[in-house]
Amino acid sequence: MSVQLWTYLFVFLSFSLYIGIAVWSRAGSTHDFYVAGGGVKPLVNGMATAADWMSAASFISMAGLISFLGRDGTYYLMGWTGGYVLLALLLAPYLRKFGKFTVPAFIGERYYSQSARLTAVFCAIVVSFVYVCGQMQGAGIVFSRFLEVDITTGVIIGMAIVFFYAVLGGMKGITYTQVAQYCVLIFAYMVPAVFISLMMTGNPIPQLGFGSELTPEYGGGYLLDRLDGVSEQLGFGTYTEGQKSTQDVFFITAALMFGTAGLPHVIIRFFTVPSVRDARRSAGYALIFIAILYTTAPAIAAFSKVNLMNTVNNAEYVSMPSWFSTWERTSLIVFDDKNGDGRIQYVGDPETNELTVNRDIMVLANPEIARLPNWVVALVAAGALAAALSTAAGLLLVISTSISHDLMKRCLAPHITEKQELRYARMAIFVAVLIAGYFGINPPGFVAEVVAFAFGLAAASFFPAIVLGIFYSRMNRQGAVAGMVTGFSFTAAYIIFFKFLSPELSNASHWWFGISPEGIGTFGTILNLIVALSVCKFTAAPPEEVQTIVRNIRLPGEHIEPSKPAI
Amino acid sequence: MSDKNARSYWQANVRIVLRLLCVWFFISFGCGILLADFLDQFRIGGFKLGFWMAQQGSIYGFVILIYVYIRQMDKLDHQYKLDQTQSADSSDTNIEEQS
Repeated sequence: MSVQLWTYLFVFLSFSLYIGIAVWSRAGSTHDFYVAGGGVKPLVNGMATAADWMSAASFISMAGLISFLGRDGTYYLMGWTGGYVLLALLLAPYLRKFGKFTVPAFIGERYYSQSARLTAVFCAIVVSFVYVCGQMQGAGIVFSRFLEVDITTGVIIGMAIVFFYAVLGGMKGITYTQVAQYCVLIFAYMVPAVFISLMMTGNPIPQLGFGSELTPEYGGGYLLDRLDGVSEQLGFGTYTEGQKSTQDVFFITAALMFGTAGLPHVIIRFFTVPSVRDARRSAGYALIFIAILYTTAPAIAAFSKVNLMNTVNNAEYVSMPSWFSTWERTSLIVFDDKNGDGRIQYVGDPETNELTVNRDIMVLANPEIARLPNWVVALVAAGALAAALSTAAGLLLVISTSISHDLMKRCLAPHITEKQELRYARMAIFVAVLIAGYFGINPPGFVAEVVAFAFGLAAASFFPAIVLGIFYSRMNRQGAVAGMVTGFSFTAAYIIFFKFLSPELSNASHWWFGISPEGIGTFGTILNLIVALSVCKFTAAPPEEVQTIVRNIRLPGEHIEPSKPAI
Repeated sequence: MSDKNARSYWQANVRIVLRLLCVWFFISFGCGILLADFLDQFRIGGFKLGFWMAQQGSIYGFVILIYVYIRQMDKLDHQYKLDQTQSADSSDTNIEEQS
């Protein structure tokens, strides 16, 4: 069977599964729709969280990014996993105890203020929208490459599927489809990795394989030593050594960690488990499921880099295998024979380099480059779609609950019935899917960039406000709002200046303390903390009932009524 | 649960979190970034140690950290009888002696 036929088969099977689950788990109440009835088992929630979290970027782009960044690629790996330690220790159990549906609901009640709630609604919607457009675009690329339909059709199919199960099942439908999607995506990610690891090193475990010796057909010697040697020789810099400045890597890692812990679509997953203990356990499961992919990604990065260099460097253009021309057609590979010798020179110096490789194909084309069977190639397509759709669904739910619950029910129309609220939630998803689809088809040039910055913004706004809200009971409305506004605007200004207004100045000599716009969120977080704490010092303490809320969320177990004098 | 008990429970909770966050900082920012070049002189198999910590070890460390946290919090909850389906007021007595 051809790759295309296999792809149709896998995509059809997986999509029928998602739709079947959606029909089976219809949501009847807002409680079902927002938090899946609140009875999700920790293991199930852990799996769903992992699928929710691992997006098209994790699945398609990350290994490629690492293979071009070498050791510096670490900031994605540590940033996107280390954030879970913060989430588990500082946020998840307490927010679960708080027991509401959304992140803006926490901010609004803890800081006893509608303007704080609305600020949070605004941040949640902006961050989620930017993100969801990227997912739609990812789905479009996969459809167009593997099913050879055009990107527009691809995006529309993706939209229809997500729309169907998100609108029907809300959080309940999303939870169980995410479990299925996790299984599909992790299988699709691991199978090629295991194959390639076996082929190149004889070790079936990719995590160990990339620290092993190459088999004699590949020339023997440790894989990483070979990679270092070839990279240096071609002028790319040593693979296992850092190229960026230490403080920049430090700040980017921190910004990604704080951002991970502050992203609303991940936080709301912890509202679906029955108790505080389950929230802790569920964070543990989530990180295990995520770590399986995240420890495999650097292995894939190293394997595919070696493979790519072996295949292309100084080889004749006409003798390139068939995947080369397939990907050339999508212009993700571009060959420009500068010296006219008919051979590919793939080197670090941009003057003489003749090959441009888009980082995304390192995962998508990897099975073809390694000459794996057709069904493995097709599996990767199904996995990438699972990753994109699962994250898109989680994000759409954040947008929908922010609008129906926080904006309508809590602000604009407090008297609506539960049925009406549910209808608003479904309408909000519908509109959000349409807008996301539009941007997936007509991507504004800056989506990819902004996605990375969404972390900086989440880090500089949500993270400090939530942590202070839990750990510092005297933190008041004035301090929190001032902190969020300062952190968000400072980070946004720095990013907009260097990325959109004066991109020509964006280099280490103009950056403050050598921190790139990607890492500035850390600075924004610190600024937020300083401003919040100092404003809080000079303004009145929060009212007694708010301090009772704080005392309450610090204790696991059943809710204690605020009317009781002592807890 | 009395006010005093709630306070001491919370202090114990914060101590656990702070201790674990120190380890978190050390394995990620410490070993993976600040000390990575220094650690690179040691090797395990084909990995330089600093590189391995940055791309593998720190992630395993994070998983272990969360599990240590779950265990320590379970113990603490048990100590303060917060793990039973709570009837907080009836369990007030005796907790101070245990903790």
